[in-house]
Amino acid sequence: MSDEILVSIDQHIEAHINVPGALMPLLHAIQDDIGYVPESSYPRIAKALNLSVAEVHGVVTFYHHFRSHAPGKHILQICRAESCQAMGSEALETYVKKTLGVDYHQTTSDGAITLEPVYCLGNCACSPSASIDDQVCGCVDIDRVNEIIAEARNG
Amino acid sequence: MAITIYVPRDSSALSLGANKVAANIQAEANKRNVEINLVRNGSRGLFWLETMVEVNTPKGRVAYGPVMPKDVASLFDADFTNGGAHPLNLGLTDEIEWLKKQERLTFARVGITDPVSVDDYVAHDGYRGLKNALAKSGAEIVKEVTDSGLRGRGGAAFPTGIKWNTVLNAPADQKYIVCNADEGDSGTYSDRMIMEGDPLVLIEGMTIAGLAVGATQGYIYLRSEYPDALVTLNEAIANAYQAGFLGDDICGSGKRFHLEVRRAAGAYVCGEETSLLESLEGKRGLVRFKPPLPAIEGLFGKPTVVNNVISLATVPIVLDKGGKFYQDFGMGRSRGTLPIQLAGNIKQCGLIEKAFGVTLRELLYDFGGGSASGKPIRAVQVGGPLGAYLPESQFDTPLDYEKFTEIWAVLGHGGIVAFDDSVDMAKMARYAFEFCAVESCGKCTPCRIGSTRGVEVMDKIIAKEDHAKNITLVRDLSDTMLNGSLCALGGMTPYPVLSAINHFPEDFGLKKGQVA
Ligand SMILES: Cc1cc2nc3c(=O)[nH]c(=O)nc-3n(C[C@H](O)[C@H](O)[C@H](O)COP(=O)(O)O)c2cc1C
Ligand code: SF4
Ligand code: FES
Repeated sequence: MSDEILVSIDQHIEAHINVPGALMPLLHAIQDDIGYVPESSYPRIAKALNLSVAEVHGVVTFYHHFRSHAPGKHILQICRAESCQAMGSEALETYVKKTLGVDYHQTTSDGAITLEPVYCLGNCACSPSASIDDQVCGCVDIDRVNEIIAEARNG
Repeated sequence: MAITIYVPRDSSALSLGANKVAANIQAEANKRNVEINLVRNGSRGLFWLETMVEVNTPKGRVAYGPVMPKDVASLFDADFTNGGAHPLNLGLTDEIEWLKKQERLTFARVGITDPVSVDDYVAHDGYRGLKNALAKSGAEIVKEVTDSGLRGRGGAAFPTGIKWNTVLNAPADQKYIVCNADEGDSGTYSDRMIMEGDPLVLIEGMTIAGLAVGATQGYIYLRSEYPDALVTLNEAIANAYQAGFLGDDICGSGKRFHLEVRRAAGAYVCGEETSLLESLEGKRGLVRFKPPLPAIEGLFGKPTVVNNVISLATVPIVLDKGGKFYQDFGMGRSRGTLPIQLAGNIKQCGLIEKAFGVTLRELLYDFGGGSASGKPIRAVQVGGPLGAYLPESQFDTPLDYEKFTEIWAVLGHGGIVAFDDSVDMAKMARYAFEFCAVESCGKCTPCRIGSTRGVEVMDKIIAKEDHAKNITLVRDLSDTMLNGSLCALGGMTPYPVLSAINHFPEDFGLKKGQVA
């Protein structure tokens, strides 16, 4: 871990130490800030919150949202749940995997995009859905997903 | 005078470009020197018409949709700020059939007001329920909710008043109100629409719940997939504090209620209430054994009300108009209204709040307009990923908890996902097992192992290996999961699986009408 990251992690720990049920908000704060929760930060978190390192590890790995390694520059999620399936998400996911040359949970070789599955974005009235970082996209067809990918690669 | 124009901030509208539409409207107005007041409202819930822009006119609000960013200039050319004619003009919003046929109680303000404005909320009958509640004892508030017949809208349909009564009568130095905003079911988005479209009604409902049972702290456990709802909720909470509707002295009553949003982290099982509480406490979301009930030993071991967003957001109207008013809607033991969400392969997807008793067929065809693809609707899944698949022959079933139980189905959170005749039900059954395997908390064997075994057996069935034997295996496996799982994730995965086999045997290599 770089010193800079260390300092910001310690600041987040400091800010959360007296929060009831601090671990989840703390992990969110760290991931929002640096994009993931580095494994090397577990001992500091554990010590501050009076937990074991195994407990911190257990929580990070239990939740699909948290990651312990740096993702690509952008995170592209494709919805795999029923409503989107009913509107052709399977073809979309096949296309995206082929176009990006990656499977789920992998990052493109240029480091631009990490591909993740998601089980419903609450956008089922506009299926199929995808999201790029925090932006949800509805009625996503091949053209739209190409646009999303192009924008992500440029920005 | 500035003309008020409404462009939704609802995330489904945003997913179709509402922010760009809003930006273009503002830019075009500036260019043409038209003075406008742009309000970012919630969605009216007619998603095939999003982005639906509304304009205030002397006759009422006029709607335009679906508006694409490129349409904005032509709308100005057509004098839309005065309700001018244009191919996208939908007429007066209040006269749109789709809305007129509904009974909007919980959703009374969604799409109408500025979601984060306390003034707007109060001007549209907001906080009247709280005012009444402040004049009542806890037991009187609980009685009103019990009298309304309101049952939990999160899935299990447990009477809300009875749950509150348990918490009211549990002595403790600290109690909690927890709002379950994990909304993980595919095909559901009503919680999100409330949180983005009228968050103050949820805040008011939680405050009333706090007064009723003697809880001073509330948490909204919000799924991490809803970043826009997080922003809207936090804005609304800050404004409610500012206006004295949250804090140490609510409306000068000396009563206290504090509220905070906590983010979930993408685990479906954390929608189960005890798993949710574990997560709020900062642990892995392992389901707890019951008893003790959360109402007795909930968050941090204290008596806790856990209710769904819609349950809590329905409380204000119950306290405003009375339990009797609410319970006059509905049928049988399903009282009041249900916000129904149409999703999947449907031409007109959206939010329909109706009294219980409306049939699936009315929803799918009269409201939904049939499938989006134009092909016949072959199957619908009601109640999320743990809900049964229903064939056409069951489309006349009225939405009613007990009527659904009779056909071995569930209403759940009111989501309806339609599939046209291109669906392969064996694949859907496989997916149900797969979803369970991905999301299982791992605490009990039937769910943890059974779901993975289920995927394997379904793969064999799909590969046309020894159908009869493998179908028997799926049934045995389902039986074990139904009877041996600790929570409904493992316990109800057999619903989509077995209903698919029973209603669509031909997709499993069985003859039509043949049920192995
Ligand atoms: C696997 C699983 C997931 C659930 N997900 C949710 C959910 O996302 N939202 C919800 O309100 N209830 C969910 N529930 C139901 C809750 O356990 C609980 O019954 C509900 O929050 C109680 O609130 P209500 O009485 O207002 O419905 C889920 C249950 C199970 C077993
Ligand atoms: S049924 Fe599944 S999710 Fe529920 S407690 Fe058992 S293992 Fe956990
Ligand atoms: S199922 Fe894809 S957004 Fe809900």
